[in-house]
Amino acid sequence: ATLGQSITPAFAANNIDEMTKAFTGGAKPVAGKVKLDLPEIAENGNTVPITVSVDSPMTDKDYVSDVIILADGNPNAGVATFHFSPASGVAEANTRIRLANTQNIVAIAKTNDGKFYTASKEVKVTIGGCGG
Amino acid sequence: MATSSVKPRIKLDKKEAKQGDIVEVKALVSHVMETGQRKSADGNVIPRKILNKFTCTVNGKEVFSADFEPAVSANPYIQFKFKATESGPVVLTWIDDDGSKIVGEDSIKVI
Amino acid sequence: AGWSRALAQQKLTQADLLRFEQLGNVTLVHVTDIHGQLRPVYFREPSINLGTGDVKGLVPHITGKALLDHYKIPQGSAEAYALAYPDFAALAKSYGRLGGLDRIATIVKAIRAERGDRTVFLDGGDTWQNSFTSLTTKGQDMVDCMALLKPDAMTGHWEFTLGTDRVKELIGQLEFPFLAQNVRDTEWDEPAFEAMRMIERGGVKIAVIGQALPYTAVANPRWMIPNWSFGIRENDLRANVEKARKDGAQLVVLLSHNGFDVDRKLASRVSGIDVILTGHTHDALPAVVKVGKTLLVASGSHGKFVSRLDLDVRDGEVKGHRFRLIPVFSDVIAPDAEMATKIDTIRKPHEKMLGETIGRTETTLYRRGNFNGTLDDVICDALLSERDAEIALSPGFRWGASLLPGQDITREDIYNATAITYPNAYRMTMNGARLKDILEDVADNLFHPDPYYQQGGDMVRVGGLSYTIDVGKPGGQRISDMTLLRTGKPLEPARDYTITGWASVNEGTEGPPIWDVVTNYITKKKVVAPKELQNVRVMGV
Ligand SMILES: [Mn+2]
Ligand SMILES: [Mn+2]
Repeated sequence: ATLGQSITPAFAANNIDEMTKAFTGGAKPVAGKVKLDLPEIAENGNTVPITVSVDSPMTDKDYVSDVIILADGNPNAGVATFHFSPASGVAEANTRIRLANTQNIVAIAKTNDGKFYTASKEVKVTIGGCGG
Repeated sequence: MATSSVKPRIKLDKKEAKQGDIVEVKALVSHVMETGQRKSADGNVIPRKILNKFTCTVNGKEVFSADFEPAVSANPYIQFKFKATESGPVVLTWIDDDGSKIVGEDSIKVI
Repeated sequence: AGWSRALAQQKLTQADLLRFEQLGNVTLVHVTDIHGQLRPVYFREPSINLGTGDVKGLVPHITGKALLDHYKIPQGSAEAYALAYPDFAALAKSYGRLGGLDRIATIVKAIRAERGDRTVFLDGGDTWQNSFTSLTTKGQDMVDCMALLKPDAMTGHWEFTLGTDRVKELIGQLEFPFLAQNVRDTEWDEPAFEAMRMIERGGVKIAVIGQALPYTAVANPRWMIPNWSFGIRENDLRANVEKARKDGAQLVVLLSHNGFDVDRKLASRVSGIDVILTGHTHDALPAVVKVGKTLLVASGSHGKFVSRLDLDVRDGEVKGHRFRLIPVFSDVIAPDAEMATKIDTIRKPHEKMLGETIGRTETTLYRRGNFNGTLDDVICDALLSERDAEIALSPGFRWGASLLPGQDITREDIYNATAITYPNAYRMTMNGARLKDILEDVADNLFHPDPYYQQGGDMVRVGGLSYTIDVGKPGGQRISDMTLLRTGKPLEPARDYTITGWASVNEGTEGPPIWDVVTNYITKKKVVAPKELQNVRVMGV
């Protein structure tokens, strides 16, 4: 345990609530169907891999249209929005993101018939440096 | 606006697919993804410059797209899937804040 | 514990230590966390090994007499000496050192002789580093010696501190797979190592899946392995277990370097694993821990123990099991001649230098424990004195052999506590607020109530500073009363302090190697006599 990457102090104003509202139009997302795969402890806060997938048949009648990724500890909550269609076959995407500090990552999925589902996960951004 | 000379790297998990197969696409592109939150040594804010939009079409039809915020890492990586229905070019397009485009292409054959 | 050495050892025989009523059709033999120790060592088990959250008070988070009582082990017995700290120095004089790869070889060969093709021998990693010869040969000594034991597979953690190229080179030399299902390349997110190997023993198809330390790139320098990304990767593991079963595995074994609490949680969430051979947290448990249908084995460290687990596998299920954690008493187990010769050859050019006496200790020097170790106190004192700083930091490594009161401190003893590939003893200034952040951060890596957020080391050791820790508090609120010992005054958040330490994970860290710092200090001091837990007040236990 010694000195690794620096910890950036938490920013006061994070707009996660406004961004959530803008995405859902005020509807309250239900926990479930969304799976967020992120490391529990980030190896590098500048590039944290994130996979989001949503349980959906992805048919013309029943599919996930959009998934927004938000971070509650960055200067801005917005991370990315993915747009799917039945042509996607599977509602799943993976990218790499910046996390300023330990925080929660939230994913909200919107279905074609206007339902919202959500999942979140805490990612620790650590100084690091010990070992057994 | 102009198409950048930057060449994205693209990987498809299969070159040939059966009707209805799921194809996985991975892509990496070189870009600084400047957040607009950093200051230079002289104290001025370095202006934001990111790739803010990504689109993938297969044979001209959109199968996946994404909007990126400054929280997406430098040299953005994107991985997604599509359902193989017809053969044709797989075209990946990133749009920069300055309006320029980065375009990369692969193809899929449906057998 | 007033036994004479002769009397104590008369009571122990190799036959006793190896006695095992065999069972079933598969025998798993497991060693882990040898940390480069070719020769027997003293190793004192921890006094404090706290568990938080759901695992508070569960094994391996009970120590000393409580641990012995839990397993009904008589105090003062050979087993008590091997497993727990009470009367360590006195019992060490009776029972001697444990470990030595030549003794381990004797045990492995004896089990193979008895069980033949039913035997699977697995190495849990932390094998290639942390002694003088493993450091200077870049792991070659350990690879060559382990080759004689013909393991069926290994996984890793400290191995990665040899850097990408050397790790690949050494893996290329192995006649068995290096398994790590949880490592991917940072560019394309594709598996970097073989995840699983199917082997057949005793007519049973066995899938061995490897799991390297999930936090290698956090706990150790990431710059040495920039293209590899780790993590627990539960979903990948689930997929690998499913694949193993689909491919006909009747027994699924996870060769894990997750640490015990991570493995216990994992066993409750990933179904289909029959046995997890745990590693990394150095716990030695004389019985298996059962989580659902999964058996967890914890085989200790430094070559002190070899685990034997006999399994009766029928219809793709474990119908019965029998376990023994075999303590490797070096005066009782005969060394294997072939291995002993190999070890001698490796050590011969350095033997004289390594044996040179630098000083002496009047108290037991040990490292293992959540908050301090007397060995680390000596290292912190050396740093403070040799690097002229107000505060010293020393990493909470769980490896490092112990020394007994009155024992000479040799060059080798110093290497056994410090031999790493990033040894520079830095000196820098840091303000009090930043230092508190560091202590909080490390404390959270140890005491986060969710094991998946723990890294498995012990608390960073401090010199020149005292503090209070409340382990039950949430992250960021555990550390208080930080006091600079030099002045007796509270640490000021905004004031800069001169800090010294070693094992920084940052690239380009400058300073003399820590073994030189410690050697110089002990040479001047001649005799050290650190006392127990002086600087840390622990609450919320
Ligand atoms: Mn270890
Ligand atoms: Mn380890």
